[in-house]
Amino acid sequence: MCHALPVKIIALTGPDTAKVSLGGIVKEISIALIDDPKVGDYVVLHVGYALAKIDEAEAERTLALLAAEGGEALAEFSAAGEAIEAPP
Amino acid sequence: MKHLDEYRDAETAHRLAAAIHNEAADSGRRYRLMEFCGGHTHAIFRYGIEDLLPSNIEMVHGPGCPVCVLPTGRLDMAIRLAKRDGVILASYADMLRVPGSKGQSLMKVRADGADIRMVYSTLDAVKLAEANPQREVIFFAIGFETTTPPTALAIETAAKKGLTNFSVFCNHVLTPSAIAAILEAPAVRELGTVEIDGFLGPAHVSVVIGSQPYEFFAEEYRKPVAISGFEPIDILQSILMLVRQLNEGRAEVENQYIRAVTRDGNVRAKQAVSRVFELRRDFEWRGLGHIPYSALRLKDEFAAFDAERRFDEPYIPSEGIKACECPAILRGAKKPTDCRLFGRACTPETPLGSCMVSSEGACAAYYTYGRMREPAQ
Amino acid sequence: MNIAPRTSRLSTRRLDLMAGRVDLTHGAGGRAMQQLIEEIFRPAFDNPILARGDDQAAFDVAAGRMVMSTDCFVVSPLFFPGGDIGSLAVHGTVNDVAMSGARPLYLSAGFVIEEGFPLADLQRIAISMGEAARAAGVAVVTGDTKVVERGKADRLFVNTAGIGVVPTGVEISGDRARPGDAILISGTMGDHGVAIMAHRAGLEFETTIVSDSASLNGLVADMVAAVPTIRVLRDPTRGGLAATLNEICHQSGVGMRLDEAAIPIKPEVLGACELLGLDALNVANEGKLIAVVPAAEAARLLTVMRAHPLGRDATMIGDIIADPSRFVRMATRIGGERIVDWLAGEQLPRIC
Repeated sequence: MCHALPVKIIALTGPDTAKVSLGGIVKEISIALIDDPKVGDYVVLHVGYALAKIDEAEAERTLALLAAEGGEALAEFSAAGEAIEAPP
Repeated sequence: MKHLDEYRDAETAHRLAAAIHNEAADSGRRYRLMEFCGGHTHAIFRYGIEDLLPSNIEMVHGPGCPVCVLPTGRLDMAIRLAKRDGVILASYADMLRVPGSKGQSLMKVRADGADIRMVYSTLDAVKLAEANPQREVIFFAIGFETTTPPTALAIETAAKKGLTNFSVFCNHVLTPSAIAAILEAPAVRELGTVEIDGFLGPAHVSVVIGSQPYEFFAEEYRKPVAISGFEPIDILQSILMLVRQLNEGRAEVENQYIRAVTRDGNVRAKQAVSRVFELRRDFEWRGLGHIPYSALRLKDEFAAFDAERRFDEPYIPSEGIKACECPAILRGAKKPTDCRLFGRACTPETPLGSCMVSSEGACAAYYTYGRMREPAQ
Repeated sequence: MNIAPRTSRLSTRRLDLMAGRVDLTHGAGGRAMQQLIEEIFRPAFDNPILARGDDQAAFDVAAGRMVMSTDCFVVSPLFFPGGDIGSLAVHGTVNDVAMSGARPLYLSAGFVIEEGFPLADLQRIAISMGEAARAAGVAVVTGDTKVVERGKADRLFVNTAGIGVVPTGVEISGDRARPGDAILISGTMGDHGVAIMAHRAGLEFETTIVSDSASLNGLVADMVAAVPTIRVLRDPTRGGLAATLNEICHQSGVGMRLDEAAIPIKPEVLGACELLGLDALNVANEGKLIAVVPAAEAARLLTVMRAHPLGRDATMIGDIIADPSRFVRMATRIGGERIVDWLAGEQLPRIC
């Protein structure tokens, strides 16, 4: 029920509506809860409404933090021959 | 798909798992982390995230599934409303198969002739009312704070359009109240049988309410909170953040989902909700009992759109099936496999309790994705 | 005065194929029904057996093992990107026959038509069936039509039955999977279901996804000729890949181990499933097949499949293991494990 997805605004179709794309699927949704939506913005979509814009700068920051994690730990584990994931 | 694929990346998962092992596996303590939101429970099982964690980290499944916590008596009201002459009941798909009292469900009464329509959005419900002026359209509203603003907007839209045949059966509930109930439940405070060391905060509830409301819990109860995005990488990163907080003796609110959650949340959405709704003094939750100021109802000025005032349907509390452990499972006190009915009489095909019928319920998630972990029944 | 004789043995007015509608007389067995057969079905299906006009089709039977299958089609909407109820009905039964390794030969077609159904649509569907049959190298040699009162059938229901002959030495059935065998699929999963869903009222999304509905007998013939030791063939229709893999596990008394990252799914199909909260593994396919084959033959079989237009994206997705619980296990994209379960109940009605 909390199910929400990041979608890209590809067209503004009315004062409160926009067409968005998820992987090429296009749907019309409400943007009534968003301040200043623009084509190209990514928003979080839930039950037909955009709930927030995705902040691109913060997204970059998250990915940078992720990139910095675990590299050394992984090297240690590999060296020790320990398995840390479930076998497929 | 941008902002999605990056958070499902295998290599990143591998590194995060290594970091978690590095910092938790040999610390000599247990980490019992509650993921509040049913969507997180679903993701944990669907991706097999627990396989990447050391054995001293345990995920405790919380009550953040609005389908699961709706008491049977409220569902029975919806069923009775749906059976009334001239009514079209519009509902999200999630509620259609939940068993009410006497073996009824919305899907079963639809087979008997009640007009029940599945909608994906509250706007569809308003459109139904416009298209069927001779019928009474009732929208069965459920959900935490993520889902409440869409209901508020639908009511305001209906009011603006002057619709006289649209109403909402409101069962919206509040997350902080549920977290407080879990932390204050006797089982936690006194008996200590449900130890929770930290919380994975819900992703999209927090998009609406912001990170600020959780600060109280971190301060008052000394439990760290990491507000987590929905994807497996988000969940792993949040678990790492909680492990670090616990290792360092911190109890703060950290926001892993910074790309969508701010401290204040979505002000427009919160304003829409406060225009239309007010707090109920009391509301019964399945599994958590009566919690004061934990749910919403429509304000007096929107009384015409309040199905409870428009139609005189009493609330008749209903006991669930005696052997059903949903209440304890929702509090995190028991696991699905602790329930006698799990996997036997109670399966997704024949659900006896709400935890099994909702795809975000712990029992459904465990059965659908994880039951190979138990010895064969 | 010279009065021109009445021309044909039927009534002189031909069917109004542009604006006419099916009515109850068209199913009553009389002249009107003959018109339907002569002006719509016979020209569309166009073969000498049907042209004889008998109530049954007579043909010589090859020596050896024969296979027969039947299926009913109630898909809504009737016309969708990539096909219609008619082409679906042909492909569906051709495929069911082909999954035994048999060469499909003949089909029958039965129609239950709701009073008021447009003749133009009926003709369009019949033509589509004829084209599908010819492309698959089969003929619709016999059929039946009934018309029911308005409201008693949702526009049109179709049944097809098919027969085929199994080449000697080929033994393909669902109970033959063995631990160690490889599991292959012929292409992307979930296309048909998503193409249908996009046109359902209340869902309304735009997509370029087209149903994959196709006859697979040509691909199967190539596969069986190159690798006669194929153990199982099945097409993952209703219930998707998940249902079909679980069926095979139960029939063969085995388990499976899949690799999620190896299962090809188009981005739009993933997007649609995300939006609707569905798992693409539960979504129907109408032009794909699963093959279980001894591991040593897997690479060669993949080469053969990829050489065929309907198998370009063929790939190996896992293997068969011993498992008394008969679970289909899957390594998830991030390295965890889950099972791929049968779906509980109908998520979306009438997609096949």
